[in-house]
Amino acid sequence: MNLRRDVFQAIADPTRRAILLLVASQSMTAGAIAANFDTARPTVSKHLQILTECELLQQEQNGREIYYLTNAKNMKEIAEFIEPFRKMWDDRFNKLETIMKKYKSK
Amino acid sequence: MEQKTKINAEEGKQELMITREFDLPVELLFKAHAEPELLEQWMSNPYATAKAVKFEAKKHGSYQLESIDANGKVAFKSNGTFHEFIPNKKITRTFEMENAPMGVQLEIYEFEKLTDNTSKLNMHVIFESTAIRDELLKMPFAQGLSMAHNRIQEILNKLK
Repeated sequence: MNLRRDVFQAIADPTRRAILLLVASQSMTAGAIAANFDTARPTVSKHLQILTECELLQQEQNGREIYYLTNAKNMKEIAEFIEPFRKMWDDRFNKLETIMKKYKSK
Repeated sequence: MEQKTKINAEEGKQELMITREFDLPVELLFKAHAEPELLEQWMSNPYATAKAVKFEAKKHGSYQLESIDANGKVAFKSNGTFHEFIPNKKITRTFEMENAPMGVQLEIYEFEKLTDNTSKLNMHVIFESTAIRDELLKMPFAQGLSMAHNRIQEILNKLK
């Protein structure tokens, strides 16, 4: 019996975070995902299984292939998902602060 | 380290809040949003230069911005109208990314004086739908990924 999985357990692992990043831009097969990692294929499969159980990834059958895609609903519950957006604004505002400090001393 | 810029995007809502405290008097914080030459400077990054094609900083005024990529090409255009423009206090404007399925967003900027030398910006952004808000939140996530891929590609190209 599997332990009940939760999303925070899922993102605690760096490989799983990398998988989520990868699949965020396009749906991919397990093989295509595994090709991006040095890790053994069964290890990647295990990570995919955990991410699917946590409902961060969902599977979609396309002909013979199974594609993995992110489950947007659950993804957005994760603060880390918003982090690049926050970082973008933080960088902009840091720059604003630097520019205006120089402006002040002119 | 405490994060200076905070984002609050509640589940299922079509809005988000961005808040940030600045080590600047409120007058300078406002000026950075009111003068196009200053706005261009802080909105630019190593990958894109911001250009204010039009910037009428007043009620009923409108603005047009362009983002120019490293090759000098216009990556995207945006525009909007100012509905309120109250110096050192508040800017209410619309924002639209041209040729993008993101609709028009309503942006309310509130400038708050904390001390003589510190201030706070509250940015309230309202979208046409929850789905559009979530798409926008995801954009830098996807861009970050493609930039990481580009960097890998650059490194691989050098090895060839």
